[in-house]
Amino acid sequence: MSENNIHVALFLPCYVDQFYPKVGIATLQLLEKLGCEVTYPMDQTCCGQPMSNAGYERDTLGTTRHFINIFKNYDFIVAPTGSCVLHIKDHSPQVPGLEKEQQELHHKIFELTEFLVDVLKVNSIKGVYPHKVGYHSSCHGQRGLRLSSSSELNEKPFSKAKQLLENLDGLEWVELDRSDECCGFGGTFAVTEEALSVQMGKDRLADHIIHDVEIMAGGDMSCLMHMEGIARRNGTPIQFKHIAEILNEAMS
Amino acid sequence: MNSSKDHILSKIKSIQREVKPLPEIPGFDIDADLKSLFIQSIKLNKGEVISREEFKGLLAAQTFLKVYSRVEGFLTYSNMDLPEDPHHLSELNLAIVKGRFGVAENGAIWFEDEDLGHRALPFITEHLVVVLDSKDLVANMHLVYNRIGQDRSGFGLFIAGPSKTADIEQSLVIGAHGAKSLRVVLE
Amino acid sequence: MSHPEQAEEFLKDKANAKWHDETLWFVRDKRDAVSKTVPEWEELRELASKIKDDVLSKLEIYLVDFETNALANGIQVHWAKDAEEHNQIVLGILEKKKCKAIVKSKSILTEECHLNPFLEKNGIEVVDTDLGERIVQFLNQPPSHIVLPAIHLKKGQISDIFHEKLHTEKGNDDPYYLTQAARIHLREKFLKAGVALTGVNFGVAETGEFVVCTNEGNADMGVHLADVHIASMGIEKIIPKREHLGVFLRLLARSATGQSITNYNSHFRSPAPGKEIHIILVDNGRTEQLAREKFRSSLKCIRCGACMNTCPIYRRSGGFSYGSTVPGPIGSILSPGMDLKKHSSLPFASTLCGSCSDVCPVKINIHEQLYEWRQEITKAQSSLNAKSISMKIANGIFSVPFAYNVGGNMMRGALKFLPDSLTYSNLNTWGKERDLPEVPKESFKDWYKKNQK
Repeated sequence: MSENNIHVALFLPCYVDQFYPKVGIATLQLLEKLGCEVTYPMDQTCCGQPMSNAGYERDTLGTTRHFINIFKNYDFIVAPTGSCVLHIKDHSPQVPGLEKEQQELHHKIFELTEFLVDVLKVNSIKGVYPHKVGYHSSCHGQRGLRLSSSSELNEKPFSKAKQLLENLDGLEWVELDRSDECCGFGGTFAVTEEALSVQMGKDRLADHIIHDVEIMAGGDMSCLMHMEGIARRNGTPIQFKHIAEILNEAMS
Repeated sequence: MNSSKDHILSKIKSIQREVKPLPEIPGFDIDADLKSLFIQSIKLNKGEVISREEFKGLLAAQTFLKVYSRVEGFLTYSNMDLPEDPHHLSELNLAIVKGRFGVAENGAIWFEDEDLGHRALPFITEHLVVVLDSKDLVANMHLVYNRIGQDRSGFGLFIAGPSKTADIEQSLVIGAHGAKSLRVVLE
Repeated sequence: MSHPEQAEEFLKDKANAKWHDETLWFVRDKRDAVSKTVPEWEELRELASKIKDDVLSKLEIYLVDFETNALANGIQVHWAKDAEEHNQIVLGILEKKKCKAIVKSKSILTEECHLNPFLEKNGIEVVDTDLGERIVQFLNQPPSHIVLPAIHLKKGQISDIFHEKLHTEKGNDDPYYLTQAARIHLREKFLKAGVALTGVNFGVAETGEFVVCTNEGNADMGVHLADVHIASMGIEKIIPKREHLGVFLRLLARSATGQSITNYNSHFRSPAPGKEIHIILVDNGRTEQLAREKFRSSLKCIRCGACMNTCPIYRRSGGFSYGSTVPGPIGSILSPGMDLKKHSSLPFASTLCGSCSDVCPVKINIHEQLYEWRQEITKAQSSLNAKSISMKIANGIFSVPFAYNVGGNMMRGALKFLPDSLTYSNLNTWGKERDLPEVPKESFKDWYKKNQK
């Protein structure tokens, strides 16, 4: 690795570490292919989002302090999730004594597509991926981090994910009827409002199926885990992939 | 002193708040053909813009038993006087009134007490015809309020179309409680 | 019943739930399309938001200005600190006028004050005159949406109740036919009414006038024929200047239904000769919400209903699932302020997707306030029942797979930092209609240890 490489700390959501190591691997390999030097700090833990969204933000002070201490010395922190990144920026409690570090961290942490487009300035990725792909933008990535335009706002349409995917040879980007409808995962919501959550997931899945989507891609595995769970149960033949997996495969 | 008033006001005063400034409202004027924009807006609102000739044709083709007009140049169409009690307008088939301003962006037409005789008039009538001068068209709501200014009429009203509802399964029905049609004679 | 139970019930009728979702989506779509025809849309939202911020920061001044100007215009002004006082004021006016029947146009505030049952108990006939409101009144139901009160009903149900109440043809469910029947029925009521009551969309401090917006014309039919007009207005409905109406009227109908403006926008400045206008300024918990800094901006709401139409939860659970006067996202941040215990499950009836905040014409950060209410509710848990639904919701995080110890190592590190008051629960709920993800042979950490360069 040359000394000019950008040094990146990889932050993985805890459920990605446990259930989707392939997404972590793809993210790491993709960043390396794009010239980054990547470290995965081994002591990292859950960022505390499930706690905060359930109403216990004040109890995540320890988790947050730990997070800052683990990541404060890196130039960039990159994560294949919009949701956890948004949590770190918006909903982690102020840690006394680490105010400066915490503030700096909020400017150094990036969701993967955001990092590729805004920091690495990747305009389009060269590669081959002959598949029909539908993209589920997670709400936290989309409306929280503004990774793509929101259908409610009068703004110029854009999507960082689309920008990265659409120039891959053979990839067909599918427009959905409801471009940015929530899938109903919502963390705790998935079990506390089970009936609603499942219905929302089914509806989101149906929007992809009627458009003959072969692969549902996304930037947050939590949404995909929820919809994959429904698809598997019903024997629906559709694949689910994180955008990091697609880009990494296409570049190989 | 009204004790509830004092209670409410003192409660509000006791709340520490940062004073926020009022923004300036730009005019957002547009360079467009106001007349065609207005016609399109009225159409979208399920009204209709017609010429004086077409208005005459309408009267020839359709019978309006009771007609009341307050508009110079259209007074001959009136076959009744303004009753003292607006309840006596309940059988009115057609009212003809003059609009002060028309708003191109949404078809809204401004009226004041003087234009209506009775405030109930444009609602209780079965059909409504508004006479509007095309030089009184403005682009949008900001500009129309600038034109209206601080007029002291006791009642001011924008009408943008015929009375309508979509309360039954979101099916649009024209003619809920107010006038069943709106025609604008744009001159 | 709590929101999750109500939602589950609503979703049992699959065809109806699908219809409800698609119908409201259609309204949302119309709103999206029309807002994009206004190039300055986002600027208007910003202006509206700033005007309302200013109002809340100087509310006491504007209220006094409004009262002074309204009095000078010959309007009678009343102040009510709560629902009870509001209702008594209305009853007092009716008694003075020896009036036994009133016609009402849509007013969410009077729903909030439970005015109808109060007046009925006192022998007054109340006739709601908005078509949707009249329909739900016939069925003895509250509105399920603040702009579309009968959106939960199908035309067959409306046909049945009209057959019963208005003797329309049995089985005739043509919307035009039914609307005409209501027109004839309500016209008779309008012509007889001595007192008419309306809500208020905007009260203008500098002129003392107030504005009422309808599409049907029912508010005007009522007040212009009656001798007395009573207008019930929440104190937060004040705006400083007449010119600000330009901003709000451009936003309101477009946000609500996708129309460019409501059909009738009536500006009441002084009573017609020989008539009376009374305005009742109502607090009923608004000053308390004003004092809550995190939730203050919820008072900027102009009641357009756009957050309901866009909300994926509202669309699939219906207005009644919220059990509060104002349902949907905005209701879920207003209602806990009125009664925390009763409404504690509402801030959890959201995925925090943020669509409500993006659609809001006055830019209320609704989803952020839902998040903040969750924090308040868990703090208040000692005063709430420990086994209450909201506590179960809050503690439900450990039945979501990513937070569960499936692989044996899960969250081992994180656990050190989590409170032990929370216990693990099983995965039955997740697995009812969803498979669990397959557990891979090794975690990322395991892989990384082996493959680290």
